[in-house]
Amino acid sequence: MGVKIISAGFDIEGFHRLQVYLAHEGYQALRKVLTSMTPSQVTEEVIKSNLRGLGGAGFPAGRKWSFVPKDSPKPKYLVINADEGEPGTFKDRLILLNTPHMLIEGILIAAYAIGAAKVYIYIRGEYTEPAKVIGQALEEVRANNYLGQHILGTDFSLDVVIHRGAGAYICGEETALLESLEGKKGWPRLKPPFPALVGLFDCPTVINNVETIAFLPAIINRGWKWFADLGTERNGGTRLFCVSGSVNRPGVYELPMGTPLREIIYEQAGGIKGDKSLKAVIPGGSSAPVLSRDQIDVKMDFDSLMAAGSMAGSGGIIVMDEDTCMPHALWVLTRFYAHESCGQCTPCREGTGWMEKVLRRILDGTGRPEDPENLLRIAHNIMGNTICPLGDAAALPVISFLEKFANEFDFHISQHRCDIEGV
Amino acid sequence: MSLSFSEQAKKEIEKILKTYPDKRSATLPILHLAQREFGAVSAEVEQLVADSLDLPIIKVREVLTFYTLLKKEAGGRYHLQVCRNLSCTMSGGQRLLDFISQRLALAPGETSADGKFTLTTVECLGACQLAPLMQLNDRYLGELTEDKIEAILAEPEKWV
Ligand SMILES: Cc1cc2nc3c(=O)[nH]c(=O)nc-3n(C[C@H](O)[C@H](O)[C@H](O)COP(=O)(O)O)c2cc1C
Ligand code: SF4
Ligand code: FES
Repeated sequence: MGVKIISAGFDIEGFHRLQVYLAHEGYQALRKVLTSMTPSQVTEEVIKSNLRGLGGAGFPAGRKWSFVPKDSPKPKYLVINADEGEPGTFKDRLILLNTPHMLIEGILIAAYAIGAAKVYIYIRGEYTEPAKVIGQALEEVRANNYLGQHILGTDFSLDVVIHRGAGAYICGEETALLESLEGKKGWPRLKPPFPALVGLFDCPTVINNVETIAFLPAIINRGWKWFADLGTERNGGTRLFCVSGSVNRPGVYELPMGTPLREIIYEQAGGIKGDKSLKAVIPGGSSAPVLSRDQIDVKMDFDSLMAAGSMAGSGGIIVMDEDTCMPHALWVLTRFYAHESCGQCTPCREGTGWMEKVLRRILDGTGRPEDPENLLRIAHNIMGNTICPLGDAAALPVISFLEKFANEFDFHISQHRCDIEGV
Repeated sequence: MSLSFSEQAKKEIEKILKTYPDKRSATLPILHLAQREFGAVSAEVEQLVADSLDLPIIKVREVLTFYTLLKKEAGGRYHLQVCRNLSCTMSGGQRLLDFISQRLALAPGETSADGKFTLTTVECLGACQLAPLMQLNDRYLGELTEDKIEAILAEPEKWV
């Protein structure tokens, strides 16, 4: 059996309760940090561990913290991104439900490292039950002096507030999330300035994903080297891979960074449903370019997937079998991006809508011979011309699907029907 | 006849306002609270929210119209929100949506005449391992089949 860090807690009865968490080394990392480490030592430890941001972009977590100015007179904020909206991703919900104290202990450690006195957890509006569980866990720690004033008798104090979203994928983008927290509509901000300098309420702010933060207690307890050694070069530790689609055992699998995609699909998730053959895989949430079946020996870490022309993203692996209609799958994704575009930039607002319409007519049997070219032109006009990465996220699937499965689009256009039954 | 928050809601609002350095940040939490209290955020409720935040109503409207979970009109008592994203569609989600649509004689977006059901589609709910999935009010119901949907529609009160 491989090493399980976060998901080890998924199988322990009552792990969401403070007493049970305490019986499993709970809050020992916090004690260690508060009594024997300086904030810069904590940051240094996290930098060396090669912990990457697991919300999508993969930015090294410790390095992000190091951009926060130490001498700023303004308050500093830590914001936890629990908006989990990237299609194919379902790990943060399980952390919130099953291992809330690991997240809270991680929050305390990160807040200490960056010097934040206040933390907001931005949780997607649909997550009613997870919000309740994390709320109860916060009450427990407040009642036991792991949170609040003079935590564990030290000078460190911290306040954590849960802020519920209200249904908008774009609010998972970090600057849209900050706007949303400030009571505005979720329109991403132009960067720079980066949130580490000018973030929430114009103050220095670190935004991290739930899973990123939940790894911190283990890194402090076992040391950076242990964590770094679990993964590949520059990609430390394990991560929670979410496997869905045409597999026998969909679910969350915690595996070392760099585990081959083939092993995740065939050994962990039990192979393709109904003994069908594999056609394609989206390896890192819906925004990641699709991989064809002959690419699944790729190692699942940020650098290897980038080298393979895709992205490790949020860890959401969507498996498609031989019976999946690729134009239909692409239409579903494009409809999503068209629906979720915040409308602020013309290429994204208009382009996603056009791409959706063109794909719809291809599916309806009224596609035109020039439509694949039309789609590519629109996609390339979006790329690099927008305020936030949602534009690219919408364009990349279009480009990769057309490049790898051109024959299916051509069939729909020339034969006015689908070459696959069903869907 | 003018509308007002209950005493308990007022206390909750006080508490919410204390958790942010400025009032405007409390817009979403107070809209959530108002929606819970009144079932929807009508024009009147919107004004009430704006007043409690000392904001011009336009600032509240900007938020109200941006987020899909905030509603200007109350829907049915049971709100079926069927996921239409990729993992769910690939597991038969579209067929199940058509099935529900037929059984309730409702197109997505509609509410039944007796005010019992509202049917809508939603994007990925973040639980694709349970595909095909829908949300019934606050509750996630996964691994849906036609039989399970029949049971849910027959006695929705048992599933929320
Ligand atoms: C359109 C869009 C949606 C995103 N949604 C999420 C999300 O739901 N959860 C998340 O953690 N990060 C999301 N991100 C990434 C965040 O912008 C940000 O990089 C991340 O929260 C940083 O945390 P990390 O460094 O720990 O990964 C999204 C990015 C984009 C462009
Ligand atoms: S790229 Fe799209 S989602 Fe992002 S800011 Fe522009 S319009 Fe909004
Ligand atoms: S696609 Fe339906 S829950 Fe993710």
